[in-house]
Amino acid sequence: MIKFSNKQLKVPELMRPVYMVTGGQSKFGRAIPEKRTEELCVDALTMAAEMIGLSPAELKSYIHSCYYGHFADHFGDQLLGEAVIHDRLGLDPLGNIGIKTGGATGGSTLWEAVKAVASGYSDCALAMGWERMDEVPTDEGNFLISCAADKDWESPLGHIYTGYYAVMAQRYWQIFGKAEDSFRKTLAEISVKHHGYARMNPFAQSPMDITVEDVLKSPVVAFPLRALDCCLMSVGAACAIICDEKTAQELSKNSPHKPLRIWVAAGSHTLRPADRRDMDIPLLPNESEDQYKDLGERFPGGDRYPGFTGFLAARMAAWYGYRMSGVTDPTEDLDLLELHDAFTISDVQTYEDIGVRPYGEGRDYVESGDCYHTNPNTGKPGKLPSNISGGLIGCMHAVGATGIMQTFEVATHIWKRWAEVHGDQKRWKEFGRSKPDDWQDLQVKGAKRGMAISHAGVGSHVTSTILMDPDNLLKNAQ
Amino acid sequence: MSMFGQVYVKNGRYKLKGDFHHLTPNTPIKNADRSWKLMGVTNPRDMTYIHTYGGEAPFFEALGEGKLLGSRCDNKECEFKGTIYQPFRIHCPDCLGRNSAVDMTEQARKNARIHTFMVCERSGAFNILDKPIKFVNVEFEGVSTILMSYLSVGDPEIGMKLVPIFRTTNPTYTILDLSWVPDGTGEEQLPEGFSF
Ligand SMILES: [Zn+2]
Repeated sequence: MIKFSNKQLKVPELMRPVYMVTGGQSKFGRAIPEKRTEELCVDALTMAAEMIGLSPAELKSYIHSCYYGHFADHFGDQLLGEAVIHDRLGLDPLGNIGIKTGGATGGSTLWEAVKAVASGYSDCALAMGWERMDEVPTDEGNFLISCAADKDWESPLGHIYTGYYAVMAQRYWQIFGKAEDSFRKTLAEISVKHHGYARMNPFAQSPMDITVEDVLKSPVVAFPLRALDCCLMSVGAACAIICDEKTAQELSKNSPHKPLRIWVAAGSHTLRPADRRDMDIPLLPNESEDQYKDLGERFPGGDRYPGFTGFLAARMAAWYGYRMSGVTDPTEDLDLLELHDAFTISDVQTYEDIGVRPYGEGRDYVESGDCYHTNPNTGKPGKLPSNISGGLIGCMHAVGATGIMQTFEVATHIWKRWAEVHGDQKRWKEFGRSKPDDWQDLQVKGAKRGMAISHAGVGSHVTSTILMDPDNLLKNAQ
Repeated sequence: MSMFGQVYVKNGRYKLKGDFHHLTPNTPIKNADRSWKLMGVTNPRDMTYIHTYGGEAPFFEALGEGKLLGSRCDNKECEFKGTIYQPFRIHCPDCLGRNSAVDMTEQARKNARIHTFMVCERSGAFNILDKPIKFVNVEFEGVSTILMSYLSVGDPEIGMKLVPIFRTTNPTYTILDLSWVPDGTGEEQLPEGFSF
């Protein structure tokens, strides 16, 4: 579709306020041969119960329906894996459903759980996501991932998904990055930042103390992208408990934190970038009609929208999500983000799609220092820190769990529990990881509102999950 | 000797010949860190799928005959009538009417250009293209969409003029039967089995 009707642009409405009460996650790793997937899901749900001072059995007694995010059945060689997990969590005979939208599976799982509670079907829903990609050799893993591209028109071309994605990065790199060394360096800084933040996160799979030079010297995967520009392949699970107001309060009696308001919105775009047609840019509340008139002059070749450089699905997820939650300017209204940094360059593209910077100017979000916990230019807190978890580059990309991990990370900041969750020496030890001597508390001080973006591949599905402290809602929040 | 699985259609049914899978025994996975205790097993499997191209079959058949087919919505009622699609779409995405096939081979010879590209050193299992793979996304004047394919000669650049080549000798009947070379490439430079 390249034109929208008013019906299609209706701002989504929840029939009652919805809350995220708690969440939890397992350790994330490239391979976890010592545990079955269900053991990782039990770890995540047990942590969610502990976070609010309940036993798993007490928490389970509130759950009414279950939403399971798991993308790649063929990796696990198990259809209806959701039914296995559901039984092992001891939640039969409650209703449950599997959700799969590629890399956006975690976000889509939250989308379904929130709608179930908003509609009144359930007062308490479990959103649980997981993935395991360690049970085939890497080249076969690449083959299985490439099955997410079109099987007749794309996958036979090398069976390598990175290639289908990277053509889009190339176009952005040349048109909006102008193939500048300075832009290449900015991309490298994103990798340094995310691997660096991962050092403070015991759950994270790829903590690294590296420099821009290290990134620029890492092997080329698909020029200009290098190995350290790319996200991880992971095993792990994450969950969230979604409730109506009354149940949220009841469940939080012994909880050190309050339940958070949650909204989730979704957008989509063609599975094959090849099928994208030109259209007008749908504007976010902080953008103006004439703002992009000269985009093609400033960035020759950049006037085709969404072309191969914008993610229309992300734009639409933000378009709906901001209007539902009252966000008029993400940089002013939100305190932190977790973005889907599948590649450093797609991180930059997303800044523009979600309106943190206008189209063409995404790199400024990094170069200004706004995206850091502590702005390296000023030494003061970053204006809108992103991916403190380490993101997909530093923490994990256990596909079905990713969007839930991101949301949980945002929640720990609003709950003022980041240091407790990430600093606990016992947890580091349990995961067989050593807490660095220079471990730093990355709590975003005073965080009241945040957002997580969950994104599939070349942009077929994207969700925006917005969390707010219920005592600090925005004026026009639903 | 086993024979690759082969399929044809008769009386509206698939007819199968040959071996569609091969048996390989599973083996235990043991843990060298813990006195070789059992951790799991391998599950080998080798299968052949049977897949229909449905309404796209004419596109894939035409490649082996040296032709590039696009499709066009000719529905008078459609707001976007006349839009041409490459990739070939069976139905119009707006009105869902059945599109007409259009031979765009000449058009592709005259005005195909690289919209974007990627040189990729890696591949997944079962890849049969030579590495590095030079992905090219090809834009055509008057066509609303941009085709993903691969370049067989030279180094890609955005804006480079290309011409299509087709595997007309022993076609594979897959998208790999279509490739591209820079305008001005000589016949002798084409990969084996391909012609203009
Ligand atoms: Zn039509």
